[in-house]
Amino acid sequence: MENGAEKEAVGEGFDGARAAVLVAGLRRGFASGRTRSYEWRAAQLKGIARMIDDKEAEIMAALHDDLAKPHMESYLHEISLAKAACTFALKEMKRWMKPEKVPTSITTFPSSAEIVSEPLGVVLVISAWNYPFLLSIDPVIGAIAAGNAVALKPSEVAPATSSLFATILPKYTDNSFVKVVEGSIPETTALLEQKWDKIFYTGNGKVGRIVMTAAAKHLTPVALELGGKCPVLVDSNVNVKVATKRIAVGKWGCNNGQACVSPDYILTTKSFAPTLVDAMKKTLEKFYGKDPLESPDLSRIVNANHFRRLTSLLDDEKVSGTIVYGGQQDEKRLKIAPTLLLDVPHDSLIMKEEIFGPLLPIITFNEVEDCLDFINLKAKPLAAYLFTKDKRLEERFVKTVSAGGMLINDTALHLANPHLPFGGVGESGIGAYHGKFSFDSFSHKKAVLSRGFGGEAPARYPPYTPQKQKILRGLINGSIVALLVAILGWPRD
Amino acid sequence: MESVGVEGVANEVRTAFESGKTRSLAWRRSQLKALQRLLYEEEEGMFRALKEDLGKHQAEAYRDEVGILIKSVNYALENLKKWTTPRRVHIPLLAFPTRGELVPEPLGVVLVFASWNFPIGLSLEPLIGAIAAGNAIVLKPSELAPASCNFIAKSVSKYLDNMLVKVVRGGPDVGQKLLEQKWDKIFFTGSSRVARIVMAAAAKHLTPVAVELGGKSPAIFDSLGSARDRKVAVERIAGAKWVPCSGQVCIGVDYVLVEEQYAPVLIDQLKATLEKFYPRFDCLSRIINEQHFQRLSNLIKDPSVAATIIHGGSLDSETLFIEPTILLDPPLDAEIMNEEIFGPLLPIITLKKIEDSIEFIRARPKPLVIYAFTKDEKLKSRITAETSSGSLTFNDTMIQFACDELPFGGVGGSGFGQYHGKFSFDLFSHTKAVLRRSFLLEFTFRYPPWDAWKLPFMRSIYHFDYVSLLLRVLGLKRS
Repeated sequence: MENGAEKEAVGEGFDGARAAVLVAGLRRGFASGRTRSYEWRAAQLKGIARMIDDKEAEIMAALHDDLAKPHMESYLHEISLAKAACTFALKEMKRWMKPEKVPTSITTFPSSAEIVSEPLGVVLVISAWNYPFLLSIDPVIGAIAAGNAVALKPSEVAPATSSLFATILPKYTDNSFVKVVEGSIPETTALLEQKWDKIFYTGNGKVGRIVMTAAAKHLTPVALELGGKCPVLVDSNVNVKVATKRIAVGKWGCNNGQACVSPDYILTTKSFAPTLVDAMKKTLEKFYGKDPLESPDLSRIVNANHFRRLTSLLDDEKVSGTIVYGGQQDEKRLKIAPTLLLDVPHDSLIMKEEIFGPLLPIITFNEVEDCLDFINLKAKPLAAYLFTKDKRLEERFVKTVSAGGMLINDTALHLANPHLPFGGVGESGIGAYHGKFSFDSFSHKKAVLSRGFGGEAPARYPPYTPQKQKILRGLINGSIVALLVAILGWPRD
Repeated sequence: MESVGVEGVANEVRTAFESGKTRSLAWRRSQLKALQRLLYEEEEGMFRALKEDLGKHQAEAYRDEVGILIKSVNYALENLKKWTTPRRVHIPLLAFPTRGELVPEPLGVVLVFASWNFPIGLSLEPLIGAIAAGNAIVLKPSELAPASCNFIAKSVSKYLDNMLVKVVRGGPDVGQKLLEQKWDKIFFTGSSRVARIVMAAAAKHLTPVAVELGGKSPAIFDSLGSARDRKVAVERIAGAKWVPCSGQVCIGVDYVLVEEQYAPVLIDQLKATLEKFYPRFDCLSRIINEQHFQRLSNLIKDPSVAATIIHGGSLDSETLFIEPTILLDPPLDAEIMNEEIFGPLLPIITLKKIEDSIEFIRARPKPLVIYAFTKDEKLKSRITAETSSGSLTFNDTMIQFACDELPFGGVGGSGFGQYHGKFSFDLFSHTKAVLRRSFLLEFTFRYPPWDAWKLPFMRSIYHFDYVSLLLRVLGLKRS
């Protein structure tokens, strides 16, 4: 274990030179071939699984420090998902690592072909602050399962979790190949100047552009897990009690709205809106009581910056005038209560930017059709949700709305399923992960074709006689006769 | 074309895409069928254009471009229905009964940059995948192959949907203006230098890119035992050096690695093969233009490099002809051993043991393809496990390009993003995860307030511990 090099990387004064040393060390390590063996990868994943079990209390405490995250949320949305990712990878990794045989055609007969997964090499994972444990460890699990050496830069906006990683991850993994670098913009910039074999970034579009621009200098492939305004279209034929509960748990039950897949705004018809608003108010009171700022089941806003960002969305009188529920704030404790707004102006800031907080605008239109049009005018979100019993509306929604992922009659669940690719499209991101998609994201799929020396086709080579050209045409178009003729070595030279 | 022109084209295509026309299978099928017709009916036109641009013999044009395109478009038509059908996904979580599927959807409007060496093939091949995936396309063929460029513009306009598939002609300035627009995907074939510019421009809009680059693709030449096999192997190596576009090919053999003791046998066979293939040089493509001709002549100008020429070496700047040239052990620090050659010069590098070739290759940027001629299964396994490249082909060359079932693309310095066959379809699609639930079966322990009794329920679910879950639901098990 290279503890010396590790200490150098963490902490103050981590500049371009130090970053270069870090990457060089990881490259040397990767070149040794250690990370490629199944045994090494499994040992790391088992270590991470043990870490999650052993340190559950510390992790929950750090998440509570950083976000006042309720223990249930920490367990449900971070710890158990991280553990499940480990377990799933351990279970499936042998299968994922096996080369995939593919059929070959007459054109290349006789031959055998397979697709071999190999690690990209040395990868950088930059994580976000809202699910600081999960969004750090989940991509790292994928990178390791694929056989890479990895450097993790946890978000400085969640400092307790970042520092926890720096302390415990090296103890449970082979820290010659798994490094944690703490820091903020200068350290991240230093890391981004280096040449990586892949960069995996979770966060916002502004920094996503910076990451991709830096990656372009080295032609490094990137995966960007970004966000967007996730719409919820609510039809009038639903079980409104169940619908509001599912929307509420996806909004305020996920870090108080600070989640990339949280419902950002609701769309419904003018006629149904009163019913919906009423049911939502009842649900919110049931979940969080009459004084939500006192509820232990609500995360706080992560820091003063974001608190100000959110409250200033309500500065506009035309917006604050539409509040129909909630609106309570406590600047000292960085708490904002679940807030419903009915028909904010479409051009207000709250309808332009991703809210990422506990404010939920409800926009109404005369027809459900208009709601669909509204969604498609905006940038493609990470997730889009529809509540309806109308199968035809469901089909139209799936066909015409583009989003990273979609749920019908629920919210947020899809990220818990390792069989579904999780990622964005357009402004909401590039690439996908979870389950095998993580493994694939950090792998190169090498095409391996193997031939013998029989079945030679002189038709391939000059001088190009008319007979050769005829056979060549047949071969390329998969003609058996052409193949036979070629195998017989005709025309002879 | 001025910037208003480019912006106008981009806006037109986007408006046309948003009409939803490309979504239907019927539209995609009609475009692919039209491409089929184009390829059959305009064969003469393609041969003429390629002859004019690169001096390509029509057999080469058919083998490397036209024939490949026909194969690809047929494959796409055969598989279109299968590719576009959503795929069911297994959902194990008992407590949240759901149906899941993966729905492919077009990314939208894609921009394709093609390079000059296979100017028709590399323009139309990405088009096939982009159309199959339901996108609208703007294609910029390479201005360095002007006859092919014009051919493509004319025939795309004649055969394909003019609102949704557009060709833009011009040089780097037009390319630059195209890059200022917002695209849903950019597909680039060409050099690393330009790829960096493309990716940096794409980053401004968070546009995903695929870059098909090159590199120095080596051929490892092991002792093969029989003279017949050696002959076949060397013909295949020649078939990846001089035969396609006079070596101006990204998957060509850049240089050969051979054990010292076998070098003479290899060289003899290479010379014999060259004599057989080229009794005259009318079947050999020429160098694309003066700039590249100069570049290549400079590679062998260096006296320490020129001294290692053992065959060929003659140049004709007027006809842009460079004779097939073989060099034996040029200095490893010379430019010819550090830049992708992309021409008819073949360095042979000798090693003490053939196994050293693995270390030699690993010390250099990852190439687009590694070729290895060997019967030694152990060596094959070592090469597969210890080297990295876009593709790896044993005992043949070039042919992996024709395999629709194999992904084609680079890694590291040779690029990223893969296409051909279904990989093309996937490259130009967004695979959207769709989960569906009903309103039946609600579990209240999912919701706040999160009293202590709810956590154990969730633990059971997340561990797929259905027995515990059942017991809890029946009230027979507490924390």
